[in-house]
Amino acid sequence: MNRTTIDLWVGVFVAMGIAALLFLALKVGSISGSEIRSPYTLSAHFDNIGGLKVRAPVKSAGVLVGRVEQIRYDNERFQAEVVFTVDGRYKFPVDTFANILTSGLLGEQYLGLDPGGEEKTLAPGEVIKKTQSAVVLEKLISQFMFGKAADGEPAPAK
Amino acid sequence: MSEPLVSLENVRFAYGERTILRDISLSIPRGKVVAIMGGSGCGKTTLLRLIGGQERAVGGRVLVDGQDVAKLGRDKLYAMRRRMGMLFQFGALFTDISVFDNVAFPLREHTDLPPELINDLVLMKLHAVGLRGAARLMPGELSGGMARRVALARTIALDPMLLMYDEPFTGLDPISLGVIGQLIRRLNDALGASSVIVTHDIQESLQIVDYIYFISEGRVVAEGTPEDIRKTSDPFVHQFVHAEADGPVPFHYPAGDYATALVGGPA
Amino acid sequence: MGGVFRKLGSMAIDMVWQLGFIARFFWLILYYSGQSFTRLRLTIRELYFSGVLSLLIILVSGLFVGLVLGLQGYEILQRYGSTDAMGTMVALSLLRELGPVVAGLLFASRAGSAVTAEIGLMKVTEQLKAMDMMAVSPIARVVAPRFWGGVVSMPLLAAMFSAMGIFGGWLIGVVFIGVDNGAFWSQMQAAVDFRYDVLNGVIKSCAFGVAVALIAVFEGYDCVPTAEGVSRAITRTVVSSALAILALDFVMTSFMFRGL
Repeated sequence: MNRTTIDLWVGVFVAMGIAALLFLALKVGSISGSEIRSPYTLSAHFDNIGGLKVRAPVKSAGVLVGRVEQIRYDNERFQAEVVFTVDGRYKFPVDTFANILTSGLLGEQYLGLDPGGEEKTLAPGEVIKKTQSAVVLEKLISQFMFGKAADGEPAPAK
Repeated sequence: MSEPLVSLENVRFAYGERTILRDISLSIPRGKVVAIMGGSGCGKTTLLRLIGGQERAVGGRVLVDGQDVAKLGRDKLYAMRRRMGMLFQFGALFTDISVFDNVAFPLREHTDLPPELINDLVLMKLHAVGLRGAARLMPGELSGGMARRVALARTIALDPMLLMYDEPFTGLDPISLGVIGQLIRRLNDALGASSVIVTHDIQESLQIVDYIYFISEGRVVAEGTPEDIRKTSDPFVHQFVHAEADGPVPFHYPAGDYATALVGGPA
Repeated sequence: MGGVFRKLGSMAIDMVWQLGFIARFFWLILYYSGQSFTRLRLTIRELYFSGVLSLLIILVSGLFVGLVLGLQGYEILQRYGSTDAMGTMVALSLLRELGPVVAGLLFASRAGSAVTAEIGLMKVTEQLKAMDMMAVSPIARVVAPRFWGGVVSMPLLAAMFSAMGIFGGWLIGVVFIGVDNGAFWSQMQAAVDFRYDVLNGVIKSCAFGVAVALIAVFEGYDCVPTAEGVSRAITRTVVSSALAILALDFVMTSFMFRGL
């Protein structure tokens, strides 16, 4: 085996490896498309987050605008606090509504943002006031069975 | 003659609990060919490795060209090894490169000579061992005797001051054996080097060496020039020279009484 | 009773010794690595032996793993009517686990064993000792280039394995079964995160590369210089590499993917 053959093959090998890495980065992982640029942080409190996970997508009108960063339990309000980042290109009004939604019937849960009508937009670090919790399937079914499936309000014990 | 090139002073060596060399003192004068002899497994090869600094003695000193080998740091030791050449028992040629590249290996590693000069030097060394025509062959294509001659050419590539031969005569046909023997002598004189041969081939050695040491059970038991050795009455040397099966070196490995072992069942 | 403890004790002591030897050897390799880079040709040669010669088995295995993932994935996903997610499933399982792990196992048995055998045979035929006597460090000249050749080859091979596997999944899903081509890729791209999935997979394969290459050169260099010793060393290379890859994979997965 002489030198130039080895060089040629090693060159081919390295080129193929780099091509494979690029393929994985660009075609499979889409390094550019889903990346969130200059993100800022918002948070919201929920009564129940259902199956929401860290790194779950944050969507508005079905478009990915950010990701969930952190989920904490707030022991003073007895609520879950969800911290998430939003792409710096997008601004949302202060009366934006945060919902925990499910993609499809059994799909993953995500955080949906419904913009309100205010002029003022949310500054980094602010808290979204209006939230709606995750729909818990068991509760829905039991409400339905006891004939109370009217308004989706969680039925508090009297 | 000035001080000897290599001298061993009361050297003791052991692998863990197993003592190999008990108390060895010998010297290799400059320009001479010295043979170290002894039965198989008596520590002859270990002696070479002590001189080359691959093993360190437990006691005593190994001096090469006035320097204590065991005290040398890594760089100094490597600097010294560049002036030593060692021929291994089966040549130890690098099997993945050609004969030419094998001989060129030390030159390329240790010098910045231009390729043309290396080419000339390698062909000269190969010519000296009579194998210039085999330069393009791979080591796998050589016979045992040829492989050892190539290894010899590689050993002398850097014109060493000390040549060490580990069992250079083992497993060779009589012609190759004579060739290697003559080469060892001729190269030693041509290079102005000193040589140590570790071997148990007494007849070949008697013809080419200047001085012989006999080692048994980790000690030097006899020494002398070839003439002394031929005439000696020392029973050990006599047994060795005349290849007698039994004598001071017993035929039997130490064991209990034979009759008892046979009658008494498993030991 | 005492015998059991004695045995346990001697095993533990042996293991600590062995670990110490490997650590020291690793340090020596790094110390003598200069030559692997200043004389790049030595390393390029080893890249050829460990990388190029492993190409075929890696590409073919990658393709087949992808084909099987495609078939099995389709089988399961169609029960939930979500065959569009096939690309996602194939890509995520390859990038995160199967790519690095299976490529690592194949690499250990193809290239790792060859390196051990080569170094072991050089030891048997006294080539390493001869080199040392010629004032050329065998670690710098023989061991370090082989180590770096393995370390560089491994991530490249794992990436090719994953790429080939995704191609296999695409072949089954889109070409044979008829999943929509656009859905296949877009679902995949939406679900696969570059930093989280792709990069973590590459980091894993780099770690496996270091582990396999180190084990291979160590076992070769440390083998008992007999025919039997070399064959045992080769077996140990394959077995310890496989265990090291799986153990490392578990540890790294638990650190990397605990969010989900």
